[in-house]
Amino acid sequence: MIWNEEKECMSQEDREKLQLERLQSIVKVAYENVPYYKKLFNDAGVKPEDIQSLKDIEKIPFTTKTDLREAYPFGMFAVPRREIVELHTSSGTTGKPTVSGYTKGDLEIWSECMARGLTMVGVTEDDVIQNTHGYGLFTGGFGVHYGAQKIGATVIPISTGQTKRQMEIMQDFGTTVLIVTPSYGLYLAEEFADEDIDMEDLDLKVVGFGAEGWTQEMREKLESKFHVPAYNIYGLTEIMGPGIGLECHVKDGLHIFEDHFYPEIIDPKTHENLPDGEKGELVLTTLTREGMPLLRFRTKDITRLKRGKCECGRTLVRIERITGRSDDMMKIRGVSIFPSQIEKALLKIDGLEPHYQIIVTRPGHLDELEIQVEASPELFSDEVKELVGIKKKIEELVHSEIGLRVNVTLVEPRTLPRSLGKAVRVIDKRDVGI
Amino acid sequence: MKLKQLSIFLENRKGRMWNALDVLEKAGVNLRALSIADTSEFGILRLIVPEPDRAREVLEEKGFLIKIGEVIAVGIPDQPGGLNKILGILDKSSINLDYLYAFVEQNKNRAIVILHPEDIDAGIEVLKAGGADVLTAEEVYSL
Repeated sequence: MIWNEEKECMSQEDREKLQLERLQSIVKVAYENVPYYKKLFNDAGVKPEDIQSLKDIEKIPFTTKTDLREAYPFGMFAVPRREIVELHTSSGTTGKPTVSGYTKGDLEIWSECMARGLTMVGVTEDDVIQNTHGYGLFTGGFGVHYGAQKIGATVIPISTGQTKRQMEIMQDFGTTVLIVTPSYGLYLAEEFADEDIDMEDLDLKVVGFGAEGWTQEMREKLESKFHVPAYNIYGLTEIMGPGIGLECHVKDGLHIFEDHFYPEIIDPKTHENLPDGEKGELVLTTLTREGMPLLRFRTKDITRLKRGKCECGRTLVRIERITGRSDDMMKIRGVSIFPSQIEKALLKIDGLEPHYQIIVTRPGHLDELEIQVEASPELFSDEVKELVGIKKKIEELVHSEIGLRVNVTLVEPRTLPRSLGKAVRVIDKRDVGI
Repeated sequence: MKLKQLSIFLENRKGRMWNALDVLEKAGVNLRALSIADTSEFGILRLIVPEPDRAREVLEEKGFLIKIGEVIAVGIPDQPGGLNKILGILDKSSINLDYLYAFVEQNKNRAIVILHPEDIDAGIEVLKAGGADVLTAEEVYSL
């Protein structure tokens, strides 16, 4: 099913025409109404009229999270405060939160995008959606809510936490769609297993995961635990919240709603634009946002673009699952490593529970990487030599994935912290002072 | 002739073994024999208890990682060379041992050796054929 066939299946020519019109208009609005953009354009010697083609977007300097922090709280708004009907802030995963303001029109677009995305994963008005994303300053809860209501599905706005209640509601209300972060999904699955509740006895038909990066291997784990397909949801507060891109049943990347967001991929170091198919940092421009237009916002998310018609019929560009963030990249002995690479290696081991923690230390002059992995009944052997063998095998798999020797520690089950929101995977104990 | 043995995965951290044994104490489980295999990071606590399945249940409830495996118990005279005779039987038949541990039974002047050969059935066979006193599970649990 496709929610908005006209927009989701547009020909490339028509879409580019629409995008250019919208880009020109939003650049003008931003220049005239946001002092930050006026200054940015003037300093760079660029005028709104210089945007004659989509390619001309490259003339516009980037907007970063730091810029948004400096504009705290309302410095990026393009409309008077009274026209803003809703405020959110980012989760503050990487520092001080940033503010996002929405007009009525923005909420309409948000609902539309999320309705398209939920339709993509098979949600209809007959579904019961258990939304464990938090309702609050975090955009996750509301984004899913707006989309689900637009479709006409039944929403249970339970937010994160109250795990026992989550299970009870899932059973009693016949939840068909669960929206959850991968970490909380794992935690829920564990709790279900503890209560001897078989997921197959539930009415679940799909699980949507958002708010944190996860690997294909993690998807397989989650699907085998939930016995239903699991789909990826992408979004970020600064741009809108969830609904910027979602996966269709083909699961070959996330479709970006290009009539509202213009994606580019840049080399995070040289800031040069990269051709389609090359991996780099995703840069997004809002094409229709009224309250807070953002031009060339650096998301820090690492991915690549894939164009061409998808098997599902949509012509929207796809981004590959986010394989890391340019700021959660660890530099270990000069080598760039993303936690997702480690996760990928770990989950190649049968029976390994996807709970792990990466600890970076510098005992002497060299960085050391320790990976704590929870032992499971499948991994546990009565034989010391076998356990040491498993540890070695994990170390070798990680080594071949990242090119560095690591030390794997098997810890007792359920001893690594469980997360209700985003999991903290990396603990960097290195002295950051120079 | 086979004996159930409980193996518990323990991180090499302060208090972990105490925690496990505390669970058993509270459940009124008495230990017949115990041994620990350790590395710098983790250990495996091996236990012989009269009710292995119940012990497993109470430990698992508390989140411990448990395996129940099989071992052989052999009674030997508590005197020099007692254990050697047993090892000799296994050696002659080229049966490799993963590990063993022993304890002395005070009032009977006998020691009991818990053996874990790579092939447990072959182990029992050659031990019996070699005249070793292979004990039944009931004999050990009721000590």
